[in-house]
Amino acid sequence: MLIRKHPSVLVFLALLAVFTLAVTLMSEAYGSGVVPTSTVKTLGKTLCLALAAVAMDLVWGYAGILSLGHMAFFALGGYMIGMWLMYARTGEIVAATLASSPVPPTAEELRQGITGQIFGVVGSTDLPLTWSIAGSLPMQLLLVLAVPGLLAFLFGWLAFRSRVNGVYLSILTQAMTLALSLWLFQNDNGFRGNNGLSGLQNIPGLSHVPQSVISIWFLWASALLLAGGYLLATWLTAGKFGSVIRAIRDDETRVRFLGYPVEGYKLTVFTISAMICAAAGALYYPQAGIINPAELAPIASVYLAVWVAIGGRGRLYGAVIGAVVVSLLSSWFTGGRAPALDLGFYRIDWVNWWQVLLGLGFVAVTLFAPRGLSSLVDALAGLRPPRRRGADLGPDAGALREKEAEA
Amino acid sequence: MRHLLLSLLMLLAAPACAQDLAQVLDANRAQIEQPSRQTIAPVIEALAAAGPQAGAVLEAWADRRLGLADGRFVIVQGDEAVDAVTGAAVRGEVRVLRPNSGVRGIIGAALVQFQLSDPDPSRRAAALDAIARRSDETHLAALRAAGNDPDPALAVRKARLERLLTIRFDPDPQARVDAIEAFSGDTGADLQAVLNPLLATTRIAAPTIPGQANVAAELIPGDDIPQDEAYRLLVEAGLAPARLAPDAQKQALSAHIVEGTVGGVPVAELSDPARRDTAYDALAEVGLVPPAATAAEAEAALSGHRFADIYAEPNAQITDAARRALNAMALRQGAQQTADLALDALSLASIYFLAAIGLAITFGVMGVINMAHGEFIMMGAYTGYVVQTLIAGRTLSLIVALPAAFIVTFLAGVVLYRLVIRHLVKRPLETLLATFGLSIALQQIAKNIFGTQARPLTAPAWLEGSVGFGEIVSISTIRVAIFVLALMFLGLFLWIMNRTRLGLEVRAVTQNPGMAASMGINPDRIAMLTFGLGSGIAGIAGVAIGLFAKVTSELGSDYIVQSFMTVVVGGVGNIWGTLAGAALIGGLQKGIEVINPANTLAAQTWMILLIIIFIQFRPRGIMPTRGRAAEA
Repeated sequence: MLIRKHPSVLVFLALLAVFTLAVTLMSEAYGSGVVPTSTVKTLGKTLCLALAAVAMDLVWGYAGILSLGHMAFFALGGYMIGMWLMYARTGEIVAATLASSPVPPTAEELRQGITGQIFGVVGSTDLPLTWSIAGSLPMQLLLVLAVPGLLAFLFGWLAFRSRVNGVYLSILTQAMTLALSLWLFQNDNGFRGNNGLSGLQNIPGLSHVPQSVISIWFLWASALLLAGGYLLATWLTAGKFGSVIRAIRDDETRVRFLGYPVEGYKLTVFTISAMICAAAGALYYPQAGIINPAELAPIASVYLAVWVAIGGRGRLYGAVIGAVVVSLLSSWFTGGRAPALDLGFYRIDWVNWWQVLLGLGFVAVTLFAPRGLSSLVDALAGLRPPRRRGADLGPDAGALREKEAEA
Repeated sequence: MRHLLLSLLMLLAAPACAQDLAQVLDANRAQIEQPSRQTIAPVIEALAAAGPQAGAVLEAWADRRLGLADGRFVIVQGDEAVDAVTGAAVRGEVRVLRPNSGVRGIIGAALVQFQLSDPDPSRRAAALDAIARRSDETHLAALRAAGNDPDPALAVRKARLERLLTIRFDPDPQARVDAIEAFSGDTGADLQAVLNPLLATTRIAAPTIPGQANVAAELIPGDDIPQDEAYRLLVEAGLAPARLAPDAQKQALSAHIVEGTVGGVPVAELSDPARRDTAYDALAEVGLVPPAATAAEAEAALSGHRFADIYAEPNAQITDAARRALNAMALRQGAQQTADLALDALSLASIYFLAAIGLAITFGVMGVINMAHGEFIMMGAYTGYVVQTLIAGRTLSLIVALPAAFIVTFLAGVVLYRLVIRHLVKRPLETLLATFGLSIALQQIAKNIFGTQARPLTAPAWLEGSVGFGEIVSISTIRVAIFVLALMFLGLFLWIMNRTRLGLEVRAVTQNPGMAASMGINPDRIAMLTFGLGSGIAGIAGVAIGLFAKVTSELGSDYIVQSFMTVVVGGVGNIWGTLAGAALIGGLQKGIEVINPANTLAAQTWMILLIIIFIQFRPRGIMPTRGRAAEA
């Protein structure tokens, strides 16, 4: 049913499967070894970023809420899983050290050892209350969804209830992620300050498995999660719910007057999107290996919006294309692998000029191609927006978005 | 009067004193030649009592200028030597005495009374300084004996010092209490230094608290002090046996493993603390390890003893008076710090105001948030830096930099408007993102041109230093200048808005663009000019910020979120909203910093949270736009 209505889903899933299979067959662990492990990790991380972009598209492209704080949820998911990874991994190391003593360690000694290892760096000897269930994987997995979901729910409830929208809402979400990152930066709040959580690539209980294999497993997990998130987002936007949130995007007041509980819809889509983001983050950071409060800096969330905009918002595959293309290009340019451009009088070194190109390119996309890269897909499929010759879509001048109207 | 008579008497008795001095010197010749710290004190006292001339002798002795020539004491002055008693010049070989530092310290103390009545005011001041640095009870007597100083300033200092020493050394408790109370209202650091040691406490554990002790507070283990800490006090006082530390227990256990068990407990079960205790008790029973105090015994020991903080000062009246005085002092200091803080908050608010005013204008007129605003601030700061490298005179370069920054950023704003913003009209979110893309690009361009290291933008000499009121309240001149600049811009802005044609048209477009257009106003031109004006003010704010912060490519982004907050909190109705927003943000940030002074990060976190909550109650800011325009 869903696929008949949205054939693009099938294409997307097929492409994703082919991609995953291809990378697996070229990997060091299960194939020819053409693709090095570091690249496998980069690709796996890119899939997670693509899922975050899908979540962003859900709130911005479909519901019209420009959240400039979505990476806060992404990073929070990473922090929650990172707590377990770090705690359990340190636990293994401490247990191995204590095993050399003839008398077996007590639970308290074990915990003190772990605390010393993890929090010695910020000069603390007590395990913070927030870490009291860090030893349990199911609980932390629950928190991966629960903490960002609750934060998004509270924030959204406060913001939507008082009818904060548009630019104000964007600024507030930005303030939220800034506040959270400043809070995490403080050493005494139990998240190791600016040291962040590190060593996350070492999966507890899997120390005998080489990283090349683990990276492929994470690639599969990321691909599966992306497929799942994509299907969920498609299902959400395909039905009546999707119609209502698109209507809210185009004319919120009219939807409210039609009797729909606008705040409830916005809150639902905001919270779901935050939880998808958090799940993506929980898979991203074990592949990145380290997380620190700088990941929550407002700029990161704006980049998320930039990806969605460049890919083409209002379409889920657009978000994926944007995230994949821009983040891969970005790592290509900033990795120093792009050839420098010699203008004769000045040598353009892309490590320094990539951000300029990205920034200006983004302005150009906003101005000339509001549908982003996905307009290429449209061109291939022969889709064209209806020629309305500038006719208004409604009484609110803000709804003059005819190019997005049919999305 | 008594002192006057005494000095008259001394004058009359000068020959007799000289006689005394000679006698004292002769009588104690051996001691003076080979002084020992333990026995020299009576000799020095005798010398000090031997009249005014003795001062010179003591001083020479302390300076290692007293010597012996032909069996007579002489004072060496440069290349010459004079007789210590008669003052007559002496020729011949002089053997200089070299007292050790301990002896010289005692001599120095005795000298004070001579220095205090020295005719040279600078030496009297030096003596007072010396007493203020290190004093003992002899100084109190010396100060009292020295009488009034002819120099009024010195007399005041001397009287204050005498009062301070009275607090510390007077044998009469009532005199000390009176002296403390006489200082009420004073917040001097010297007074604090005197009062704080009076309240020094030591923590004791004893079966009963001694009756004569001056108890600061009785401590209940578990409530006022941790149980472990209390038990440690007991152990230190020898009132209870040491408890077995977990590490020691573990070591003892691992030392007595016999065939996989310890005291009958299998090793594998020792991961349980209770089993460890069982094993240890079993070992203790057969005498392999010393018995440890059990938890119950420790509990009994804690409840059988009392714990208290005891003042070193035995007199409760004095400690009470000192505490009262210190509390009053803290109150006064708090008031002064509040004043200082208000000044800080004011200067921070004026910075935010300068940074946010341009943002507020563009938001008010076009409903557009310019995310590149921070980069315009940075651009202004770099313009100031470039002007400073071209023009040597700092004052002149600053005078040139302000308009130059305005022009550069005005033009940048106009270009941005023509190229980008007018094409995105009515799409505020797209504008937000497009200007954001521009801000990424501008920041990186600045980094590529000027490098990542901070560039100095040095203020002219007349802007350095600070303006102070009282001991605590002070504010740097640059911040005063920024405050003045903010006031000037407030005035300029009000003038433009209320008194000029441009202001009229801007207000018309803000309120109803359609109606304004039909009245012959070109909204596009007005929007362009306001955008340029807002950007230009950002440039000037950049110069101002650059004067006290380092100019880097991230300068703008450090202030941009606060500027957004200012606009959001203030509302876009009018300039007063921005002013109120800036005052609120600045005040809030400084206010929270006081609650937790070590942690400015926490202050910013809480400020942002408070703002998010504030928005709940005033979603459109303190001064919202009203009427039809509010919906646009």
